[in-house]
Parts: sequence; structure tokens; C-alpha cells
Amino acid sequence: MPQTIAEKIISNHAGKKVYAGELCIVPVDGCMATDTTAPLAIKAFKEMGGTELADKNKFHLIIDHAAPAPNERIANLHNLMRSFAHEYGCSLYDIGSGICHQVMVDNHKVKPGDIFMGADSHTPTYGALNAFACGVGSTDLAAVMLTGKIWLKVPQTIKVVLHGKKLQPGVSGKDLVLEVVKQLTISGATYQAVEYHGEAAAQLSLSQRMVLCNMVAEMGAKTGIVSPKGLQLPYDFEPIEADDDANYSRVIEIDAAAIQPKIAIPNSPDDVHNVEDYVGTKISYAFIGTCTNGRLDDLQTAAAILKGKHIAPGVRMVIAPASKQVLIDALKDGTIQTLIEAGATIINSGCGPCVGSHEGVPGDGEVVISAANRNFKGRMGNPNASIYLANPATVAISALHGFINTPKSQIL
Amino acid sequence: MPIAHTYGNNIDTDRIIPGKYTKTLDIASLAAHVMEDLDPDFHKKFQVGDMIVAGDNFGCGSSREQAPVALKAAGVSVVIARFFARIFFRNAINIGLPVLEIPDHDIETGDLLAVDLASGIVENKTKNKTYNATKMPKVMLAIMQEGGLVNYLQKHKDYILE
Repeated sequence: MPQTIAEKIISNHAGKKVYAGELCIVPVDGCMATDTTAPLAIKAFKEMGGTELADKNKFHLIIDHAAPAPNERIANLHNLMRSFAHEYGCSLYDIGSGICHQVMVDNHKVKPGDIFMGADSHTPTYGALNAFACGVGSTDLAAVMLTGKIWLKVPQTIKVVLHGKKLQPGVSGKDLVLEVVKQLTISGATYQAVEYHGEAAAQLSLSQRMVLCNMVAEMGAKTGIVSPKGLQLPYDFEPIEADDDANYSRVIEIDAAAIQPKIAIPNSPDDVHNVEDYVGTKISYAFIGTCTNGRLDDLQTAAAILKGKHIAPGVRMVIAPASKQVLIDALKDGTIQTLIEAGATIINSGCGPCVGSHEGVPGDGEVVISAANRNFKGRMGNPNASIYLANPATVAISALHGFINTPKSQIL
Repeated sequence: MPIAHTYGNNIDTDRIIPGKYTKTLDIASLAAHVMEDLDPDFHKKFQVGDMIVAGDNFGCGSSREQAPVALKAAGVSVVIARFFARIFFRNAINIGLPVLEIPDHDIETGDLLAVDLASGIVENKTKNKTYNATKMPKVMLAIMQEGGLVNYLQKHKDYILE
């Protein structure tokens, strides 16, 4: 019987052909936890009787959600992670390394065909690499640390076909995925995999593919995977492609070439509209960063818009490069200098203001334009602020003008 | 008898426990802030043993296990929803917070409920109605009956599917 990509990857690990709906126990190729999820995972691991990791080379700890520590309570949790890594021999990516997902990809800790479990909901990001990656909670992760395995139900798959050769100016992967979130809604892919195909997907860079998979979390999906067609990696790999007549629960066809810049308005990532309809909305805070849009190409896009100019009076702009590697690359090519000269504040590589832990909480009544993935009430640490989500070009041009504007107003 | 406190659709984990409070192992501090942004009066209305009843997609968003941990620590005896976000569903069962999916419930705030977890039958004493929860996989039911994944793995050492 023909199979989807998820069915193939899980079958390869289960040692038999499996299909949507079947339960199986599979070995896990890699797993990670962050400073939000690791302390509980370490506690559960020890309570389970864990004395050693199933495979210390496959478990990674990343300090990214509140790094460097903003208070003594979190400082102690960071030290708990450092001690655990030292004692159990797993890798630890300390403050300044970057956001867990970018760190895993930068350091090749996840590869095509892998099954990866991350104690963070945006773990499906690695589907850009043609891998099966799921977000789990701390206790599930603890069980993976202990047994090296996870039980799962093979998901049904929604096929998303992105047609078209060339995207409109100012449009990126973010706008495509916002359109998919809009169509599927915040719960439309619950328990399912989202598989991306089509000409437009095939020509996207790894960074842009990561955006497509990152935000399947905002559809409730178990995982997101991009067809390996056109995928370029610095090492050889065996691509895993769906069979032509694989069984899908739903097929969504999108004319990617016709998509306009998109914006998700407060307070849900699936409340998606064209940016054009919100032009003129005053903003006081612009944020570029996160596992969704904090990569080199995102920063370069913002720099190209802001070069030689200055953000509007009364606006502050915060930029968090997704990883140390992104920061180094953006320093080398002058991107960081351009952004600083334009009035942006560069903060440490990490999750930053996205989760409301530190480094840029909005004030009461403030309107934020952000390149992140979630705009739930209170998401950035203040329930009395409003968050609009858009691509980095829209965020940059809005910072420049002091109100939401479309990147189409400045064709690059 | 415990009563239901109802919430709507798509209640995300940021609203169950805001991210700024999650970085702690102090479970009592999580309970103190549970549902803070969603329902500031939660602690005034809620009695230990009461139930949370929601619509679609309860617990969507962040994978933070602190969300079910906070609800359990606040004394929530069971969470019922039409359906749950997948990570929250697994997390709740893994930490020993019972959850039941009842796709067609019409439970309202204040309804008196009697829940039988093993059978998944929920009796609404106020409305004089009975609902059947969606059957969960055996492995999940076993983890729930052991009171969570820690107890389950202490006992079984590995997963048992059938």
C-alpha cells in the first residue's frame, strides 16, 4: 500500500510497514529539552528511576527561553541543567548558543528520515529537513531519555500543495504558512501531519522550509514535513518522498504565486488577513526573532529595508538572532551594523520576548508587530498588549513608518 | 459533589499558565497563577475537586507541561473537553491529571458531575444526562490508571501497547 512521508519514516523505525491510525513504539534518533521544559523532565527522569541516559549522544539540553537568567529562581534552574549535563554526559548548549531548534539544525543534530522528539511545541520545524519531529511535554521526554523510545499513533496526513513559480515581492514562507493556518484553523490539523508539496515549496531555502513546518504547531499538528524535492544540505542524504497515490485525509491546493503579505491579528494565529487591510494601524514595538523568523535571511530582509534609514520616533525595535551562528554571519556581512544604525536593539540569541520571560515585555495598551508565531493574549508577558504577526519585511517596514505597512510599499 | 466550570474553545496553555511563571519547580506557585489571564476570579469560584469543562482544542499552543501540572495542583479533579490539543492531552495523562474527551457534551457551569474514569461515563446530575467519553488507547488508559507515566514506568519499565 502506498505511504505518506510520515508513514514511511515511522515504518523505517518500527521495522514493519505501518499506516495512519496504528499504534507503535519507535526508537528516537534525537531529543532535546529547554530551560522551560528540562527541569521538569529531569525531575521526572529521576523519579522514574533513571540513573543513565538511554543514549547520551542523542539528548541535548538548551538554555534559550530565559537566557541569561533574569532572576535567581531561573539561574538555579539553569544550574540544575548544567549539573545534569555534566553528570550524565549529554550536550549542553548554554546561554548565547541560540534557540533550541536553530541550534539543533545548525549543529546537524537532526537529519532527513530521523524521528526527533523535542520538549518544545515548535519541534516540527525539523520537518524542513524531511524528518518526523514532534513536540512533547517534559514527562514524555523523560521517558525518551530513559528508554530511547516513544509510543505514538501513526498520524493521518493533510497534503498542502503550494503551486506557482514565483512569490509576490515582499512575500515569504511566513505568508504561505499564515495562509495555511488560516485555512486549517488553530485546531484543523490536530493529531495529524501536514505534508508540503508543490513547485513553490521545492524552490524554498532550508530557512523558509523551516517557517512552513514551524507553524504547523499553530494548526495543532503532530508534525509538518516538506517534500525533499529541491532540498539542499551540506551532506549526502537519502530523501523520503511520499508515494503518488498515498492516502491523505485532506488535500489543500494554494496558488502561492498569488499570495499577498499576510498578518495574523490579535489574539489568535489563525485570524489571518492581508497586511493591506491593516495598513495605518499604529505600533510602538517591532520584534524580529524566534524559531519562526530569526534566521540570517530574515535579518538581511529587515536590513535591506532599513539600510540608511531610521525607525520611526516612538517605536522601539528588538532583534534576537536565532542562534550564535546566525549572529556571527549577520555580523560578518554588516547586517547587524545596518540594523543598529537604523535604531534596532540587538538582544542575545534566544527566545527573547516571544514567551514573555524577559528582554522586552510590552506595556499596557501597546501594539506589537512581531515576526514570531503566537499572538495569544498575554503571550509576550502582558495580557493588556496586542500582538500582530507578520513576516520580517512587514515588521521592518512597519517599524520604519510607526504603523503597520505592507512591504509591497517598498519593492526590494 | 464537584461542579463544572466551563470555558470556551481553543484555550491555549499561555492562558492556563503564562510563560513568565513557568520556569519553576515550585508547584504551589504554578497553582497560584493558574488561569490568571483567562479568568482572574478562578480561585474565588473554584473548590478543590471541581472540574474544568471546555469546548474544542483545550490546551493548544506551547508544550509546557506546567499547564496540566498547575491545574492538578490547584485541585482540578478532571478536565473534560470536546477534544484536546495533542501535547496537552498526553501531558495531562502523563502527570496524572485525568482528562476525558466528550465530543457532544452540553455541560454548563455549575452542573453537578459524577465521573467514572475507568468506563469514561460521565453523569450530569443537574441535567439528568449521561455522556460517553471517547475511548483512549489501552496504553494511555493504563498510564492514566497508574496515576501517570512516572508510576507506569516504575512498574512496567517499558511501554506495553496491548
